[in-house]
Amino acid sequence: MNRFHAEAEGLVADVLVIGGGMAGAWAATAAAREGAHVVLVEKGFCGTSGVTAAAGPGHWWAPPDPPEARVNAIAQRQRIAFGLGDPVWMRRVLDETWRLLPTLAPYYDFPKDEHGRVRNYRAMRGPEYMRALRQQIVNLGVVVLDHCPALELLAHADGAIGGAAGIRTQRGGSPWRIAAGAVILAAGGTSFRSHLLGSRNNTGDGYLMAAEAGAELSGMEFTAAYTVAPQHSTMTRTMSYAFADYFDADGRQIDAPFGPDQTERLAQALLAGPVYCSLARLPADVQSHLPTISPNVMLPFARWGIDPFRERFEVTLHTDGTIRGIGGVRVQGEDCGTGVPGLYVAGDTASRELVAGASSGGGNVNSAWALSSGTWAGRAAARRARRVPASFGGLVPLGRAGLRPSGRPRPTEAVEAIAAVRAEMHPYDKNLFRTGAGLEASRRALHDVWSDLAAHAGEDGAASLGLREAAALVASARWSVATAGARTETRGMHRRLDHPELDPGLATRLVASGFEAVAVRPETSPAPKAFESVA
Amino acid sequence: MIELVIAERCTACERCIEVCPSNVFEPTASGPPAIARQEDCQTCFMCELYCTADALYVAPNAERPEPVERAAVLASGLLGQYRRDSGWDEWQGLYPNEQWLMETVFRRAAEVAR
Ligand SMILES: Cc1cc2nc3c(=O)[nH]c(=O)nc-3n(C[C@H](O)[C@H](O)[C@H](O)COP(=O)(O)OP(=O)(O)OC[C@H]3O[C@@H](n4cnc5c(N)ncnc54)[C@H](O)[C@@H]3O)c2cc1C
Repeated sequence: MNRFHAEAEGLVADVLVIGGGMAGAWAATAAAREGAHVVLVEKGFCGTSGVTAAAGPGHWWAPPDPPEARVNAIAQRQRIAFGLGDPVWMRRVLDETWRLLPTLAPYYDFPKDEHGRVRNYRAMRGPEYMRALRQQIVNLGVVVLDHCPALELLAHADGAIGGAAGIRTQRGGSPWRIAAGAVILAAGGTSFRSHLLGSRNNTGDGYLMAAEAGAELSGMEFTAAYTVAPQHSTMTRTMSYAFADYFDADGRQIDAPFGPDQTERLAQALLAGPVYCSLARLPADVQSHLPTISPNVMLPFARWGIDPFRERFEVTLHTDGTIRGIGGVRVQGEDCGTGVPGLYVAGDTASRELVAGASSGGGNVNSAWALSSGTWAGRAAARRARRVPASFGGLVPLGRAGLRPSGRPRPTEAVEAIAAVRAEMHPYDKNLFRTGAGLEASRRALHDVWSDLAAHAGEDGAASLGLREAAALVASARWSVATAGARTETRGMHRRLDHPELDPGLATRLVASGFEAVAVRPETSPAPKAFESVA
Repeated sequence: MIELVIAERCTACERCIEVCPSNVFEPTASGPPAIARQEDCQTCFMCELYCTADALYVAPNAERPEPVERAAVLASGLLGQYRRDSGWDEWQGLYPNEQWLMETVFRRAAEVAR
């Protein structure tokens, strides 16, 4: 096996993990435990960056005993998966989570009851969870490179992935290259740059890099997840809103009770005017414990001088995109391979349809998936690296838009492209309440932005990061819009005003691919373009 | 967005430069880090959690800067609130991690809604 070492061209490792949220950290853990020399590169800081760190990830959890526990958990999930989940994968995820999470005890102080018994393993607090995972991988010998975003993958002549290249954002923005026997993409999902807590670095870079290597995307139509937050804030933590009451500008209560269609009702009200919230019904014992349940929730209120239990405050809904949505890189095997040799996916970079189906996996399934998929990808990558040694010989870079445009480079503003993505993917009347005509208008707008980026956007050094993020956001939005256009029905979180019913003929996962022309096909049909193809 | 690095509290340990996920701080030749890229701040409050000197203040507005009076913030008692409520460092054991209660809150809400 390769020793992790530096060569003139860059670093050499067995396994390279791109992204240091919970999925990447669990992947690095698994690969290192297989004996691999692992390098993890992170755009921000492994421990604070990503949506895991600022959240409170509660894991999907069912013990093996009594056996009904898992049977019931899976049956319950299948009811809201609307035909797109897979009970075999659900069982694997429940099992892996149940076995692995308690092993973090040396690094995470699981709260205990008065008899010294752990209260539960499943409810993790984000900052402490990520701090523990970082300590675990450092102790396992993983080399963690913070502030080192990956910009593109590197491939061998046969198409197998053999490394990545990127820049270091601190101390001058110097470029880096890493050769590896296998690469794991764990760069998170994307909120399309909404103010969803912790999601700024999650610009869909994993989707872009995977697709440039030839992987497909699945479930990208399921991006219509939204979460309530105090207006102007990032605080998309849901618990304190479980007992919330909402009011319009005239003080009339909005009919939006806690339940499955609350988001839609709030979005309708927000389309009509400002919405105000009262947390007065939150039980007194929860009010007093709130700071030690979720320490960040009270920060905006305290700083703005608002008593949320006595005063009404204005709220908004932030887009979750694929994060509490579902779509991502299509998983092609039990090892979380992508169909591209040497390339694996984990966490929100992977599609969560197999375990979440057509309803949000936020709240339990997503974390369990991130842990499990990371573990499987990490193990498989380490095993591959034993067979396929890393080497820089013959590696070619795969990055296009933002790095190597097809035409003559000219100054391109990443902020303008990102604004265009936000304009199509955030509005409730475009992405939450969908219509064929609206999706077609979004498709055209985004196509033009993409064409410009693909033809002309290309920079070296520090400026390349912004352009790559813009390219990833635009590409992700295009796959989402194209797939939403092809799904002419309403299923789970995908709501079509012009097709309000579920169509039994569409009980299949939809797979998107391509850049210049985006193709969408049902997973069950092998031939690309058999279903529908849109330019 | 990040608004203040309070010089008389800052120990220039540069931990905030290291942990900020969007790289908003820049080291200075002598003294506290500068807020060099405020517009990149994602308002996640993580820098405050890691600042053992309680020298940082993040305003809750993620859309635009919300300038604050340094003296008023110092007097407010808000500095270090996140680190304290999280039970980090010297607060360990005094503010227990009660994240495990979260699912019971959702359960109670579902019962009320039924
Ligand atoms: C507020 C909130 C609460 C949630 N609560 C729950 C819950 O209770 N239960 C549940 O199951 N799920 C929950 N979710 C969803 C869950 O948090 C995510 O599914 C999970 O954390 C995803 O982990 P990840 O590692 O894939 O992504 P992340 O934690 O987002 O990590 C991705 C990392 O990749 C890095 N990165 C991005 N691009 C690059 C690049 N080009 N190069 C290098 N690094 C890069 C990012 O900086 C980031 O650190 C919640 C989500 C939110 C937003």
